[in-house]
Amino acid sequence: MKKSEVPQDKSNLESANFRELCYAIDENGNYTTENSSGWNPKTIALDNAIQVIEERIENAKKRVLNNETSPIEYYMEVHKMDLPILASYVGLWKWRVKRHFKPKVFKKLNNRLLQKYADVFDISIEQLKNIEKN
Amino acid sequence: MKINFAHHQSAHCENGVVSNLLKHKGYQVSEPMVFGIGSGLFFVYIPFLKVNYAPVISFRPMPGIIFKRFANRVGIKIKRFKFQNEKKAEKALELELKRNNPVGLQVGVYNLTYFPDEYRFHFNAHNLVVYGKEKDTYLISDPVMETTTTLTKKELNRVRFAKGAMSPKGHMYYPIDFPKELKLEKAIVKGIKTVCRDMLAPVPYVGVRGMRTIAKLIRKWPKKKGVKIANHYLGQLVRMQEEIGTGGGGFRFIYGAFLQEASVILNNTKLKELSIEITEIGDLWRDFAVDASRIYKNRSVELDAYNKVADKLMELSYKEEEFYKKLKKSI
Repeated sequence: MKKSEVPQDKSNLESANFRELCYAIDENGNYTTENSSGWNPKTIALDNAIQVIEERIENAKKRVLNNETSPIEYYMEVHKMDLPILASYVGLWKWRVKRHFKPKVFKKLNNRLLQKYADVFDISIEQLKNIEKN
Repeated sequence: MKINFAHHQSAHCENGVVSNLLKHKGYQVSEPMVFGIGSGLFFVYIPFLKVNYAPVISFRPMPGIIFKRFANRVGIKIKRFKFQNEKKAEKALELELKRNNPVGLQVGVYNLTYFPDEYRFHFNAHNLVVYGKEKDTYLISDPVMETTTTLTKKELNRVRFAKGAMSPKGHMYYPIDFPKELKLEKAIVKGIKTVCRDMLAPVPYVGVRGMRTIAKLIRKWPKKKGVKIANHYLGQLVRMQEEIGTGGGGFRFIYGAFLQEASVILNNTKLKELSIEITEIGDLWRDFAVDASRIYKNRSVELDAYNKVADKLMELSYKEEEFYKKLKKSI
């Protein structure tokens, strides 16, 4: 890649006001560095990945409202987590967290456990119990 | 307190932190040099592991290895700490800052508030330097950022104790022992040899043979998994290749910069030629990303498009095989 070819496309990097560093060659064929504000093929890949996550969140929301799963699964998706990551954050076995996805089990959870989940998601117990309050 | 620490932006966090910490101690070592000596160029496909609901394909070895190899090969000793709780971790960090010693930290990316939202995912092997503290705010030099930044005490504790795979557990490190003069020549040769060995490894999951395995899989994905999942997998591959940290083209350009520097130090013109060759290979990787992005942009494409990008990846694997064979002979 030549220095003049380092892409300067619009991307999500702009929101944080920084440009990433790329290695490229100058007119004399020597390596140098140049900042890049973004590259379209990359932005498309990232947008696709974000879209997949958004679909998962939407899906989880529907299932919570239909009483098919508990809000814990919804918040897990919101925080881009999966089961092993969430279990590691709350410090419980995976099978226990999975069990807490059942609406029936979730309703009976004590405040100590609810608080654990609420802390991980950085919300109140009220919000944890009712996803529409978020 | 604020330590007089010079921030230099780098493409990749691990090399960047090492390079910046060494520059602080008065040793001028560039990011590509750290990357090359640490044998950072790699390709691996881990079939039984999934991240973000896609198979794991990586263009670099396990986090931490580049640094370890670099330190061993040039003879630097690193002191490392891990902690059981946040209080102890905080205390140790403050002690070092009081001693005027900037330290490297391993952190999780998800709660790094200065990153754009879209880039915040659960990856726990990011590296940054803390070089001071003002009231309850830590001064941070994150090598992938253009300028220095800050994190509050609460935020820093959160990222130091991120959970999940490879959780950092407060991991803190800094170099303690240096040789009188960094002897790079032998270290460079060792670094190059390891890359050639790994990339030419006779297993179908690593190096050029790993690329061929992926090329074959790309042909199968749309039929076996459906267009949607195939596109998601392809997108993840491009992200691993181009996302912040690789310096473009799956680290091939950083490696080109390393070979150019190495050719001067070893007085070996062959390496300069090979630097040009790997740059051309890097350009082909960029073309591959462009073609792949076309597929997942227009969703409904004919199956032939997958075969075309697979062909490109195959071609890349043969070009790279040639390259590593020549590289092995040149030193």
